[in-house]
Amino acid sequence: MSTNNNMNLTLKVWRQKNAETRGAFVTYKAEGISPDMSFLEMLDVVNESLIHKQDEPIHFDHDCREGICGMCSLYINGHPHGPKNAITTCQLHMRTFHDGETIVIEPWRAAAFPVIKDLAVDRSAFDRIQQAGGFVSVNTGGVPDANEIAIPKVIADEAFNSATCIGCGACVAACKNASAMLFVSAKVTQLGMLPQGQPERYSRVQAMVAQMDAEGFGSCTNTGACEAECPKEIKMTNISRMNNDYFSAKLFREEAMHEHAASGE
Amino acid sequence: MSLLDAKIPAGPLAEKWSKHKFNLKLVNPANKRKYDIIVVGTGLAGASAAASLAELGYNVKAFCFQDSPRRAHSIAAQGGINAAKNYQNDGDSVYRLFYDTIKGGDYRAREGNVYRLAEVSVNIIDQCVAQGVPFAREYGGLLDNRSFGGSQVSRTFYARGQTGQQLLLGAYSALNRQIHLGKVKMYTRSEMLDVVIADGHAKGIVTRNLINGNIDTHTGHAVLLCTGGYGNVFYLSTNAAGSNVTAAWRAHKRGAFFANPCYTQIHPTCIPVTGDHQSKLTLMSESLRNDGRVWAPKTVEIAEQLRKGTIKADQVKEDDRDYFLERKYPSFGNLVPRDVASRNAKEMVDDKRGVGASGFAVFLDFADAIHRLGKDAVAAKYGNLFDMYYQITDEDPYKQPMRIYPAVHYTMGGLWVDYNLSTNIPGLYALGECNFSDHGANRLGASALMQGLADGYFVIPYTLGDYLATIGPKPVDAKHPAFEKTKQDTINLINTLLSMKGTKTVNEYHRDLGHIMWEYCGMARTEEGLTKAKGLIKALREDFWKNAIVVGANEEVNASLEKAGRVADFLELGELMVDDALMRRESCGGHFRLESQTPEGEALRDDDNFAFVAAWEYKGDNQPEVLNKEILDFEFVHLTQRSYK
Repeated sequence: MSTNNNMNLTLKVWRQKNAETRGAFVTYKAEGISPDMSFLEMLDVVNESLIHKQDEPIHFDHDCREGICGMCSLYINGHPHGPKNAITTCQLHMRTFHDGETIVIEPWRAAAFPVIKDLAVDRSAFDRIQQAGGFVSVNTGGVPDANEIAIPKVIADEAFNSATCIGCGACVAACKNASAMLFVSAKVTQLGMLPQGQPERYSRVQAMVAQMDAEGFGSCTNTGACEAECPKEIKMTNISRMNNDYFSAKLFREEAMHEHAASGE
Repeated sequence: MSLLDAKIPAGPLAEKWSKHKFNLKLVNPANKRKYDIIVVGTGLAGASAAASLAELGYNVKAFCFQDSPRRAHSIAAQGGINAAKNYQNDGDSVYRLFYDTIKGGDYRAREGNVYRLAEVSVNIIDQCVAQGVPFAREYGGLLDNRSFGGSQVSRTFYARGQTGQQLLLGAYSALNRQIHLGKVKMYTRSEMLDVVIADGHAKGIVTRNLINGNIDTHTGHAVLLCTGGYGNVFYLSTNAAGSNVTAAWRAHKRGAFFANPCYTQIHPTCIPVTGDHQSKLTLMSESLRNDGRVWAPKTVEIAEQLRKGTIKADQVKEDDRDYFLERKYPSFGNLVPRDVASRNAKEMVDDKRGVGASGFAVFLDFADAIHRLGKDAVAAKYGNLFDMYYQITDEDPYKQPMRIYPAVHYTMGGLWVDYNLSTNIPGLYALGECNFSDHGANRLGASALMQGLADGYFVIPYTLGDYLATIGPKPVDAKHPAFEKTKQDTINLINTLLSMKGTKTVNEYHRDLGHIMWEYCGMARTEEGLTKAKGLIKALREDFWKNAIVVGANEEVNASLEKAGRVADFLELGELMVDDALMRRESCGGHFRLESQTPEGEALRDDDNFAFVAAWEYKGDNQPEVLNKEILDFEFVHLTQRSYK
């Protein structure tokens, strides 16, 4: 099989033994790289050569390698998931870079995402936010026939757009305040738009925002870096929708909010 | 050899499950909270089981090796989920879904299991919609469907090309609710390394904390393995990098039978390999065959020009194209089942009519669909898949046809389970892709999501109670010596792996194993090739224990150590797969034994000799495994040679 392995690159990679130890940049050569390799495959090549020398490989999170699991998370040349829009690191290919280029690779940097090792961070704060209220309280069984709930296509499509969030944390990494508003608002919006999510709409938003604050994420100042860097192109309108629900819930009694919503206004 | 009892209830097909549910013992609500259940894996099967059991009142401990339960590989399923709703009024029914699945599996699955799967499929859609899963809808607000291979009705529910993601996020949300309520304790970045068998029953597991290396034991009244398939034994597959067989394999080594290990699904529409650096293959959803037309050039000369790049696909005249699936299978056309589509693509390549630089590809062409529906309509249906293809190949599929080639995608084999999803070890259950039960020798598209959720939401909550009621709610004895012994075995294995300071990386062994498996135990198999493969794998495994390099220590994040344990298990599994393939001297489902074909070159099954489930029993290191048979009884369908013509 013919492969064009002709790129030579310099990598400046953040190495950090664990959460307690200070980290630093270490320089590596990546040689004989094919433009058809994904960014992670390029790192695989570097790691293989490190292991051959009995050195510790560079640790990074990855799993599906097809852009959907949200596990990969590198901050490449100042951008979460690298320089291209609307893709994750595993879908970034080396043809995006030039032969001889120096590439700086860092972990997500946010107080709420402590470094575990090298380029991997702890994003369990996202899980805890979802656990606080990111669900519809229905048990298995005893639910109505799926087609008894008619949902206008435009609403279903818009809810779907919010639901495509992969929970990677790029929005937090991109934000100068390390705010998680885009992530939280995507889930709040998905369920808040659908009829199934209405009964808990206002309690959900309050619970999730409270957990977000408790985790130490920063505030939103509407700079929009999150939307610009999101690999799934989640829109900031989600944040507006969440703010709307959140402030409504805080200003009025919850029962009044449901009456308000039911009146169609 | 013994004959296995699958415990399929007697009686008419449509009444088996209802009657069985009535006959199962119940655990009273006040007693449920006295039971601890271990669930390993948080994909569709694991998350749905953990959530549903917690809702019933059991205490659940759930484990995943990823950083979050939401990242299990079910998330990557693209196309859809089947259900016999007949919302399209096109002749679907529970019986038809049952029949299509039995036939699609080439008559190597159990009638009772498959009928139950079809029966509960309708409940799954209701459940997911109630959770807020945003399925595709029509303008009238009702659910939309599309068609998948091996069926002539539209019964596939979907959420663009991200159905698995949306279903998993639904199950994950149900799981999160139970974590919030304190009924599920979630252990992330925790890898199960062994199962603890005490006095013949599964009573716990041993895990390694992937952050600090702690080796822990956990007790439970039952252990549910929901740990997915083993397609990564081929190194290159559509599986996630972390997908592995370790949990299932170590359970196998503790006595759980492994059934039909050679049954591997090779998916026809994946992006072809570009070089040795490649770490995975990316699937292009089967749904694309609703509108895409598969073709190869009619002549070797044109194929050569395409391979060299002197002409492009759109310059090949209509008369010079061979739409081989439409030509050979006029009634199903491009929507033949996966095994048939894959085998035909391979035939084109073997015939030197493959395309792309490597010659290992055929075309999947959307020009007609774009002409008929418009680019926007095609983009609305498949946009994310087209974008993904473009990212990976740097070619625009709106302008040039996609190049596709079969790749390992799913494993129908797995731990042997009875009708209750119990392995032969009491208290040890296997759900979803981890078990072998419902797809026979070939799985139809959009049926994996259906099976994972059926097992987790609607089967195990009933069948597990029967076992728990039998053993009673007495706490599990954590002081039983089996816990300490199993933990020590795990520590010993880790120490052995960490002492390996040879010259070849674990990844290199994995890649070598993959080459052997793909070459000799892939789509086409022969007695001679398989015999050769057996020797090659044995030699590779021996070399691995002498010459592999594992770096770092146990008490830290150590991907090198994690991978070494997984590859060691793949090296053992690979040999069993070859043994199973050698034993099965028939062509069936995805597996073409060259010695067993019709005069026209189609796959020839041998029902007289091979209508059984092969359940292998581990007998110790370097000992041949023993074959146990479960005879498949077909009371309701008539076995015929499959035809999609």
